[in-house]
Amino acid sequence: MADGLPDLSARRSRLLGTGERRGLAVSSASTVIVLAALVLLFLLAPGSRAVRHTFFNPADMWRAFVGDPAKGYYSVGEAIWLNIRMFVVAEILILILALVVAVVRQSTGPALLPLRVVSTVYVDVCRGVPLILLIFAIGFGAPALSLRFISSQSAAVYGVAALVISYSAYVSEVYRAGINSVHRSQVAAARSLGLTEGAAMRHVILPQAVRTIIPPLLNDFISLQKDTALVGVLGSIEANKAAELFSDTTFNYSSYVVAAILFLLLTIPLARFTDHLIARDRARRLAGAGQ
Amino acid sequence: MGRTDPADSSGETLRGSGAQALRVEGVRKAFGTNEVLRGIDLSVASHEVICLIGASGSGKSTLLRCVNLLERIDAGAIYLDGRPITGPGVNENLVRRQIGIVFQSFNLFPHMTVERNVTLAPVKVLGLSRAEAAAQAAVLLDRFGLAEKRADYPDRLSGGQQQRVAIVRALAMRPRLMLLDEVTSALDPELVSEVLDVIRELAEGGMTMLIATHEMGFARDIASRVCFLADGQIIEQAPPAQLFSQPADERTQRFLRRIVDAGRL
Repeated sequence: MADGLPDLSARRSRLLGTGERRGLAVSSASTVIVLAALVLLFLLAPGSRAVRHTFFNPADMWRAFVGDPAKGYYSVGEAIWLNIRMFVVAEILILILALVVAVVRQSTGPALLPLRVVSTVYVDVCRGVPLILLIFAIGFGAPALSLRFISSQSAAVYGVAALVISYSAYVSEVYRAGINSVHRSQVAAARSLGLTEGAAMRHVILPQAVRTIIPPLLNDFISLQKDTALVGVLGSIEANKAAELFSDTTFNYSSYVVAAILFLLLTIPLARFTDHLIARDRARRLAGAGQ
Repeated sequence: MGRTDPADSSGETLRGSGAQALRVEGVRKAFGTNEVLRGIDLSVASHEVICLIGASGSGKSTLLRCVNLLERIDAGAIYLDGRPITGPGVNENLVRRQIGIVFQSFNLFPHMTVERNVTLAPVKVLGLSRAEAAAQAAVLLDRFGLAEKRADYPDRLSGGQQQRVAIVRALAMRPRLMLLDEVTSALDPELVSEVLDVIRELAEGGMTMLIATHEMGFARDIASRVCFLADGQIIEQAPPAQLFSQPADERTQRFLRRIVDAGRL
């Protein structure tokens, strides 16, 4: 039904010649009708009352959002800041570490062979091990080492370390795909001008590589934003952990919906931004080809 | 043939002033089991323009890439101004900045404007300031009719314009020697002449050049010497008037007959 409407409106606007406004009105109306139908379906479905009470109770959602440490649960709204901080720090470290790993793996000098081997093994291992395992191993293992600096960090720090180690392996492969997507003749052109291998990489290869990998890179970062929730298993009060504490205390699960909404508020803008970049890149390419 | 002194003026050159710019001695190069160069000997005097002709796969491009050290030779030696540029201990970046190469497929940097394409190496390799490099680029671009394209990206230029920018980019390093690898082969026919005109102007200015080409008429006009390559060897070399009218070797005759039959000479 929703599929049929835009077609119809297009035909009608052609017939009547009133253009876009009519199409817009029809598509808005159809959207409202479909949404209203879905809401109605949800309200009338068997068990709807219990679901609404357990997951969508406005009072409980508010309580979970603001928190009450005296009653044993923390604010989900405040806890999401920890997710954001972990995400931002991890993202920066990942961008750097992954680039280093990718460039080392792409290097050709014989002296760098040991580093190439190390980075290859690193990528194979850390891509193949479950992230949650890394988080447990580092988060519980590092304090057990009783080393001065390493063993006295907060759970969030260990969590970020695990995220960086795991994601850098993935992201280095994204970088590498981008580097390989730049045609070999570009390297020849750069080297023939007397640029060193490093200068050719920096000024000619990487700028072209980065352009092609921004969408897959952002995709990985959307995933990273969500995976900061895994750090909660170490006891860090991030949004998911705060939601869990709320439900443990109150036996109401609206806190998870609050956490989910907060995560969505982070990831959806990034997803739209990624789409925007892809569209812009395509438009630019078409404009270039048209000349 | 022993080592040459740069000042040594040995040469049966037409236009050359005498000093030997490049010498290639017994160069061999194989890709796997495919032996592409089987002992190339060639010397180029300063200001000489050498055209390499021969069928596709005869080794012209590989020879140019070997001279630019983009390919490592298996045997033999190459000398630039009398100094060996192959073998151990050679700084290939130092060699390459003295030898400009222009490719069939232009290979401009697509993420940089024309000006940045031309100034990148002078700034990063020669250490010119951005302003100096830009001033030099402006002079060169103006000289080859590209002044208005300074701020454009390569994908907005025609093939002929891109190839002229590629030539300017190589010239901006003030090379001792220019290698041109079938620079008009990827161009639409109507764009060929604008690029050939640029090369002609360089020849008139005294640039030493080694040119692999399929443009026989152009080779006849511009070359001080034409080398015919087949099966990885220089079969015959002579001034163009002689080589095109009285080729000595039977293989050269056959190649030229095919060119004439195709209406390209």
